Parts: sequence; structure tokens; C-alpha cells
Amino acid sequence: MSLLIALAFFAQMVRISIPYALAAVGGTMSERGGVINIALEGILLLGALGYVLGAYWTGSAWAGLAAAAAVGLVTAGVHAIVTVGYKADQITSSLGINLVAFGLTRFVLKSIFGSSSNSARVAGLPEWSLGGFGTVPGLGSLFGNPLVWIAVALIALAHVVLFRTPFGLRLRTVGEHPETAATLGLSVARLRTWGVLLSGILAGLGGAWLAADQRSFTDGMSGGRGYIALAAMIVGKWNPLGAALACLLFGFCEALQIRLQGAAIPNEFLQMLPYVVTMIVLAGVIGRARPPAADGVPYHAEDR
Amino acid sequence: MTEPRRTSAALLQAAGPLVAVVLALVVGAGFIAAVGKDPFAVYAHMASGVFGNAYGIGQVLFRATPLIFTGLAVALAFRAGLFNIGAEGQLVIGAFAAGIVGAAGKALPGVVLMPLTLLSGMAAAALWALPPALLKAKLGAHEVINTIMMNFIALAFVQYLGHFAFVHATVHTAEIGAGARIARFESFLPGFRGSPLNLSLVIALVAAALVGWLLWRTKFGYELRAVGLSPTAAEYAGIDVPRTWTIALCLSGALAGLVGANFVQGYKGYFESGFSAGIGFLGIAVALLGRNHPVGVVIAAVFFAALGYGGLVINTEVPKELVEILQAIVILFAITLHVVIERWLRRRT
Repeated sequence: MSLLIALAFFAQMVRISIPYALAAVGGTMSERGGVINIALEGILLLGALGYVLGAYWTGSAWAGLAAAAAVGLVTAGVHAIVTVGYKADQITSSLGINLVAFGLTRFVLKSIFGSSSNSARVAGLPEWSLGGFGTVPGLGSLFGNPLVWIAVALIALAHVVLFRTPFGLRLRTVGEHPETAATLGLSVARLRTWGVLLSGILAGLGGAWLAADQRSFTDGMSGGRGYIALAAMIVGKWNPLGAALACLLFGFCEALQIRLQGAAIPNEFLQMLPYVVTMIVLAGVIGRARPPAADGVPYHAEDR
Repeated sequence: MTEPRRTSAALLQAAGPLVAVVLALVVGAGFIAAVGKDPFAVYAHMASGVFGNAYGIGQVLFRATPLIFTGLAVALAFRAGLFNIGAEGQLVIGAFAAGIVGAAGKALPGVVLMPLTLLSGMAAAALWALPPALLKAKLGAHEVINTIMMNFIALAFVQYLGHFAFVHATVHTAEIGAGARIARFESFLPGFRGSPLNLSLVIALVAAALVGWLLWRTKFGYELRAVGLSPTAAEYAGIDVPRTWTIALCLSGALAGLVGANFVQGYKGYFESGFSAGIGFLGIAVALLGRNHPVGVVIAAVFFAALGYGGLVINTEVPKELVEILQAIVILFAITLHVVIERWLRRRT
């Protein structure tokens, strides 16, 4: 019996962590290339809307997923144009995009569904049958969900791409030493743009998870998750697997909140935990978290 | 010899935000057209509803007041080279403290309770800015991340304290004492009847003047701006950079803490959970559009407030969220134009 409870708890923790992890790994790809992306929150939100619109218009959850990724890509594209193309301030651009996302999702919601809070109900993702394994509460719906496997595969892939491929090496080089990269004949702008676009696709899919999970879009449904993802990216030390593990830790805190209902520890303290941990890690108490050297610094070829 | 060129360069840079506003309105026209309405008619309706009567003007100025505070907060920190994204959390903590002190000191006379409430709001918010300030000053930890984290910690913290401080079955604190109440304009200007506009606006304008005085008329302000331009150069000039950063971010927090004056002391009479709704984040936009200058901040705050209220005016024709999109697009255009103009100026010299 207690094993079942533990398994259900585990499943819940993973469910909560997946959108965080997709966004956090996305943020990692962007920042490894040297572009700060605080717009994860906005991309999650727009991705969720993208999923709902895609699924609503076609009736297919897969079209929803594709739409979410596309919307994420376009949103990140705006960030890339403003910050890599025009070299404008990355933090401000991100915050601007977050504001756009909140207004735009509500605007679209009202214009299409006639409500400022809810969309129509749309198809969720198909559930794969897992045989006897699927009867374990929580686990069946978790591991039967294709997006879980897509997410796990993408996170692993991101790690491999970043550390085991020439593209990853180049991306990390433009994030650490853009001058060196340029001297080697690499296009700093193009690589950085790719980093940002990847973050858009990943975070967009994170948004799709949120919408697919509840089969509709609700106003502001990203609920600060993009900022938690940002925190996880830092705690994970700008490393995809590290970020994913940090997301599991944060997911654990949240699952605990749901379980305990404030019984042992006030819920609010568990809520604060990810943010406090991030500040402690940033302060260098638990190992130094060092961002890529050129993170947030626009690269001006003409300055050389 | 360089004077005329510098003036024209400054003028050109000042024109950037205006061009950004025009471009955003053009994009907004596209959105209005997309939902099948006439952009010119909608904008005209917005303008007449916002500025055509005293009530509209009162609403705009009421909404501009907190934006002046957060805009000044962000601008002051920016002048020291710090990006304070934590105004949202700081103002919530400040307003909560003001609500608690204002209610606890109910029996006190106004001459005591009024300054006490204002100062407690400022002090609590400044204190909330202190951890990111110290982490930046002592350890070089990035204030952007830490102030964001403090925003969320603030929300959870106030929610926790609310268990003890909120009136039973509500999400607001007890009523503050009459002595802590800031008078509304309608009490002496009948034209503003029904408008929540209050004398906090005057506090905001005084704060803007004081920030200007501090930045350009005092030694500390000079040091602060020097640190903002180049911490390394400032250090070689003998300026205590960590100390300047710490004080600047705490002052920034204190300014954000004054938002409670408008809402708690001038409007509701109590602190209410969730009242701020992004005022801290909009403060960043206000500072940006106002080019981190107190006068610019006041103008930008009125502009954003006018857009915000304008959204309500046109809500029956176009979803009011249009203005949120406009506000955000203004930011994106403004930062892009800033870089474009700067590069163009550099190329010419």
C-alpha cells in the first residue's frame, strides 16, 4: 500500500516537473549561447495557447503539439531579432515578451472563444496502453503519455547536442568567448539565434504539456513556471541534465505541498523553497553557479 | 563645438520613445482591424474617453501614481547600473507593512500615524531589497535573478502572514486608522467626484523631484551615476561601489514601497492580496520609456496609465487586453530603436 502511495507521489512529481524541465532546458540552450531568456514564462503561456488553437482547429492533439512548438519558435524568434539582430537589452526584451504574452493570450481568448478566462475544451494527448503496468495509479497516465517520452528524449538530446556535437561546442563558444568564436570563423549571430530558437521550441512544448494536461487554456496558466524554470536552469548550473534534476527537486517540493496541505510545514514555505535554494546557489554557498561568460552581453562585430 | 551635436543627439534619443509609441499604435491598429473594427474610431473613442472629462483624467492620474513610484524605483537603480526586477515584491511587502502599521496605530493622531505608516511601507520594502543588494555588493551575485526570486518569496510570505493578519474569511487586512488616510481630490475638487485620485499623486511628484535632486545635485547622486556608468572606473576614483549599490537598491525598494500610499492609504483603506497586478513590472517599462529620468518617468507613467484606462473605455468594442499588448510592444520597439539610434549616431561621429 505504501509502495502505491510512493509510486503515485513519484508520478505526480514527474508530471509537475515536465513543463519546468522543458522550459529550463530551453533556457539553458539560449543562455549557453549567450542570450538571457527570461521570456520562458511568456513562451510557456503562448505555447499553451498554441496547443489549444492547433487542437481546436484540427481536432488533433499532434497538430496542437506542432502548433505549440511553432508558436514557441516564433516568439523566441522575436526575442532573437530584438537581441541578436538589433543587439538590444536581453532582459528588457524578455520582460516585454512576457507582457505581450499575457495580453495577447487574453486578447485571442476573448476574440476566438468569447471568454477572457477559458478556452473551449480540446483533445488531450492520446494515451498509450501499458498493460498491467498501467493499472498502477498515476503511473499509467504518466508513462502512457507520449509527451513524457518526447520530453525525456528532448532533454537527453539537448544534453548530447550541447556537449557531444560540434554545434554544441560552437554554441558554448559563442556564449563564453564570442570574440574567439568569430576569430575561428563562426557566425556568432547565427549560432546565438539557434540557441534562442531552440529555447522557444522546448518552452513551447512545455506550454503544450500544460494545456494538454487540462485539455483547455486558462488565463495566465503558466503561473510563474517560466521563472521556476529559470531558477532550475541556474541551480542546474546551465547544464540540461542538471536543470532537469533541479526541476525534479522543485517538482518534489510542489508534490509535497499537495500531499501535506500545510500539515507539517506551512505550504507557503515549501512554495518559497525553489527561490530560496536558487538564491543560495547563486551566492555560491552550494558550489559556485557560474553563468556563461558572455551571457547577456550583446556581441558587436564592429567593436573589435 | 560639440555642444550642438550633443543636443541634437539627445533630442534624437528622446524622440526614440515617441517613435516607439507611434509604431506600437500602428501595430495595435492591425489588431483592431483583425477583430473587424475601425482603428481610427477606436483610438478616437479611447482618447475622448480618457482625456475628455475630469473623471477620466482622475482615473488616469490615479493609475499613474503607482507607476511613477515603481518607474522611479527602477530608474534610480538603473542609474546605479542595477536592474531592479523586484519592485513587484518590494511594493507588496511595503503595502502590507503600511496596512499593518496603519491599522495597529489606529488610536494615534494623524501627525504621528501618517508619517509612521508611510515610513513603515518604505522601510519594509527597502528591507526586502536588502538581500539582493547585499548579495550583489558582497558576492557579485546577479541582482536580476535575485530580485525575481524575491518577488515570488514576497508573494508566498505575505500569503503566509495573511493567515494571521487578514480579516477572517477575506484576503485583506483590517481597516487603517483615519489618521493614516490620504485625502482624495474629490474632497476639495468636486470635479473629481467618484474618482479614487488622491494626494499620493503629490507624494509621487515630490518623490520624482527628490530623485532628480539626489541624482544630479548631491555628491551621492554623482557617485551613484559614476558607478552606473562604470563600476571599475568609479572604484579607481575612490568610490565605495558595494556601498553605493546597496544604498541604491534599498532606495529603489523604498520608492516601490510607496505604492502602498496610493492603494492602502489613499484608496481602499486596507492591504488586499493581489492588488498590485504587475505594477512593478510595468515600472520597468515606465523607466525605460522615460529614459530613467524623473521627468520622463512621470510622462511615461501618465502615458501607460492612459493606455490602461483607455482599454476599459474601448472594452465593449475591442478586448481591453489590446492595451496590454500595446504597452508591451512599446517596450520592444523602444529598446530596439534605442540601439538603432545609438549606432546611427556613432557611425556619424
